[in-house]
Amino acid sequence: MAESTIARSTLARAGVQTAEEILAPSPGAMMRRRIFGHYGLMFGAFVLLVIIGMALFANVISPHDAYDQQLGRKLIPPIWHDSPKATWSHPLGTDHLGRDYLSRLYHGAQVSLLIGFSAMIISGLIGTVLGVLAGYFGGRVDMVVNFLITTRLSMPVILVALAVVSIIGSSLTVVIWVLGLLIWDRFAVVMRSATQQVRSLEFVTAAEALGCSHTRILLTEIAPNVMNHLIVVATLEMAHAILLEAALSFLGLGVQPPTPSWGLMISEAKGLMYFDPWLIAIPGVALFMLVLSINLVGDGLRDVTAPENRS
Amino acid sequence: MAIYALKRLGVALLVALTVSLITFSMVYISGDPAITIAGEGARIEDIENIRKYYGFDRPIFIQYLDWLWQAIHGDLGRSYSLRVPVADVIFERLPTTMLLGACAITFGLALAIPLGVLAAVKPNSIFDRAALTIAVIGQAMPTFWFGLTLILVFGVMLRWLPITGQDSWWNFVMPAIALGYNVAPAVMRLTRAGMLEVLASDYIRTARAKGLRPMKVLFKHALRNAVIPVVALAAVQFGFMLGGSIVIETIFQINGLGYLAWESIQRKDLPMMQAIVLILSIIYVVITFLADMLNAFLDPRIRVT
Repeated sequence: MAESTIARSTLARAGVQTAEEILAPSPGAMMRRRIFGHYGLMFGAFVLLVIIGMALFANVISPHDAYDQQLGRKLIPPIWHDSPKATWSHPLGTDHLGRDYLSRLYHGAQVSLLIGFSAMIISGLIGTVLGVLAGYFGGRVDMVVNFLITTRLSMPVILVALAVVSIIGSSLTVVIWVLGLLIWDRFAVVMRSATQQVRSLEFVTAAEALGCSHTRILLTEIAPNVMNHLIVVATLEMAHAILLEAALSFLGLGVQPPTPSWGLMISEAKGLMYFDPWLIAIPGVALFMLVLSINLVGDGLRDVTAPENRS
Repeated sequence: MAIYALKRLGVALLVALTVSLITFSMVYISGDPAITIAGEGARIEDIENIRKYYGFDRPIFIQYLDWLWQAIHGDLGRSYSLRVPVADVIFERLPTTMLLGACAITFGLALAIPLGVLAAVKPNSIFDRAALTIAVIGQAMPTFWFGLTLILVFGVMLRWLPITGQDSWWNFVMPAIALGYNVAPAVMRLTRAGMLEVLASDYIRTARAKGLRPMKVLFKHALRNAVIPVVALAAVQFGFMLGGSIVIETIFQINGLGYLAWESIQRKDLPMMQAIVLILSIIYVVITFLADMLNAFLDPRIRVT
């Protein structure tokens, strides 16, 4: 054992690779193997892609106009219902105003993804800047950022969002901004601790010793090394924003009718759910699957990028 | 300990003050609160009267100090719509929400801690996987949809539980589950991680080597230490729950603070909205402060930093 190690190190020094080393999978191949071997990540990515596809091509694949009210055709049950009214023309049935449920579901995906993504970008920018600065500079900056995080956490998100939206008046843009300005806390917390960890490593000290500017160290040394944490929080926060939008719309202060939002669809069907439970089941399952898939992708990315799994 | 407590108290007071400032300015984000109250298209004289009546014509800073001074003395203003002191209504409704929150957190902890322990004792077993699956599903379930589904299944189809109201303990079962399952994933993960760490430590090995019964080692030696960080998390989650109860209280029509908040948001009752946000934030600050103190008491290492 000892001899072979010595022999190997001699060979390596001479630039000769052993057969095992040549046949060993490349880092890229190992990464691919980890990604494709992670069932949760694969399932999440598949579902997420399907929903993104639904949102992107909503106008093309919708069987009907999502806004078209046909009061003569209202509350047609979905096709799996044993009812003479069920028809393939409306696979998921119609709502209380006779609008095609499947088309509304497709368009609702647009709203959820748009709000979730935009709110995540806004909160991500705020939280990342605060967190990285706090983790990098420490001291007073850290104290201030910590204070901001504590203050933000002490304010109830849904309540503040509802109050603000009710005062300004609701619209898609308002909902995006209000959520974006409210949910940056987790970005800040995670990026702060990630930056603190990277900050104490030797290559940052080396860069400082070389006289690199703070900007340069932050952009070229810190940023690439905290990126995996950022991506994971970003996915989880996008899911969070989507759930909050649905809750706001459900309470009547998010997306306004007739725009189809999954939260709003559940709210509109609330009074009818005792007779037609599928009305809340369909958008509810869609919402659940979307949030689940994003969370699975986030958790999966954390697993495959974590250094302790790279063996 | 005393220095740590004082420092922590200082931060808590500063946070409370900042929150009060933010809550106060909430009214001004739309520009002119008088117009918000009067509604769009109100007559100029009406707006002018409202401005005078509620004191919006004074400098903002004076208004804030005045509002803060009164709030400290327990006067949170008068409700625009109910025409009674805001504080009276709030303290009448608060116990209901606290009770709901207490039931919910109890349910959440009772679900999460045993699952977390089980997952840690047998890592990568079927229990571990089951616990993880429950956590992943729990995180993705929209609270309001879960609440409605519970109503549909246990209230309408099976007729086991009452759907709305708050007359008996049975009324709180479904709301507590709908609100409490939300905390379970985080608590479970933390318990599992804490238990895994503690179970690998030297003193557990010693306890086992002494020949103590496995159950005693697990619950008396390991869980006690593993559960310390859960205290802080539970406090934070309890605070979030009070804010999140607005959704559950509207669904189950429980006459608590959340329902009151929803009603006052519908009526644009600014003093009421302000007061509820302020009270819930202050409660959060107090709870997290107490949890930190309890934590420092339980775990001496925290006191040093």
